Amino acid sequence: MNIILNGKNTELEKPVTLLELLELKGIDHEKVIIEYNYDILMRDDWNKTVLKENDNVEVLRFVGGG
Amino acid sequence: MEDKLIIGGKELTSRLFIGTGKFASNKIIPEVVKRSGAQVVTVALRRMDFDSKDENMLNHIPQDCILMTNTSGARNADEAVRIARIARAAGCGNWIKIEIVTDNKYLLPDNYETIKATEILAKEGFVVLPYMSPDLIVARNLRDAGAAAVMPLGAPIGTNKGLKTKEMIRILIDEIDLPIIVDAGLGRPSEAAEAMEMGAAAVLVNTAIATSDDPITMGEAFGLAVIAGRKAFLSGAPAVKDFAEASSPLTGFLRS
Repeated sequence: MNIILNGKNTELEKPVTLLELLELKGIDHEKVIIEYNYDILMRDDWNKTVLKENDNVEVLRFVGGG
Repeated sequence: MEDKLIIGGKELTSRLFIGTGKFASNKIIPEVVKRSGAQVVTVALRRMDFDSKDENMLNHIPQDCILMTNTSGARNADEAVRIARIARAAGCGNWIKIEIVTDNKYLLPDNYETIKATEILAKEGFVVLPYMSPDLIVARNLRDAGAAAVMPLGAPIGTNKGLKTKEMIRILIDEIDLPIIVDAGLGRPSEAAEAMEMGAAAVLVNTAIATSDDPITMGEAFGLAVIAGRKAFLSGAPAVKDFAEASSPLTGFLRS
């Protein structure tokens, strides 16, 4: 299954939830923001959302900036 | 003397805003904030890099600061609006610095797209502080679009060149009934003081503090300069004259 993760085509072996995707990628989920198909997804929904073919996922975080 | 700066309904304790980019170590940011006295602190939003261990910038910003996310990376109004909405949804409050740049050499802001983004976000209840090239008509448009303040550049971002746009900023201070915050280009505390003496409501400094040899002390220096400049502005500086005017009496000289 293919999704677009942070702008890149990414192959997933099986359907997973967003929370599982973060765990696969080794991301500390306390520190990130997720935009799912151009909508901001609240934290409570991450383990309820199962990824589908061609989904667009952005995993974002705050950095230093002026 | 009562001298309040109120933006977005908040009475601010400091007229120095600081950016958090380019620090060699983000761990010193809390001390920079403390020593500079800054209250409004900017951050940026970026994609997670899965290959590196990123830290969360928000962990380094004291709880009592007002976070202002910038829309850096946005090339048009739609992208800026998207970033602003994400920042708010992420719990970072509703202060947004609109920064829309398509020019990679001088990083000058796109004033037209900035006006469009300001209008959309102000209607959505954001406290909108647009970064702009100083121009009176654009500033009026930003005011009419609902900006909470207007942030003209002193010089291109990160150049440390100082108040190169001084006369244009003076006109904005004179004509626009909103806080004018000089953003970008200030390289020395004396330049921050100069902006404040002119009547700027505040200044936003990042590079000059973050890339100095001692950011904590430089932050303090900018904090003091901003206070000094503001006090000078409120004190009403006397006129500049072409000819000397003695400070000591011109009578009673001890001459033979």
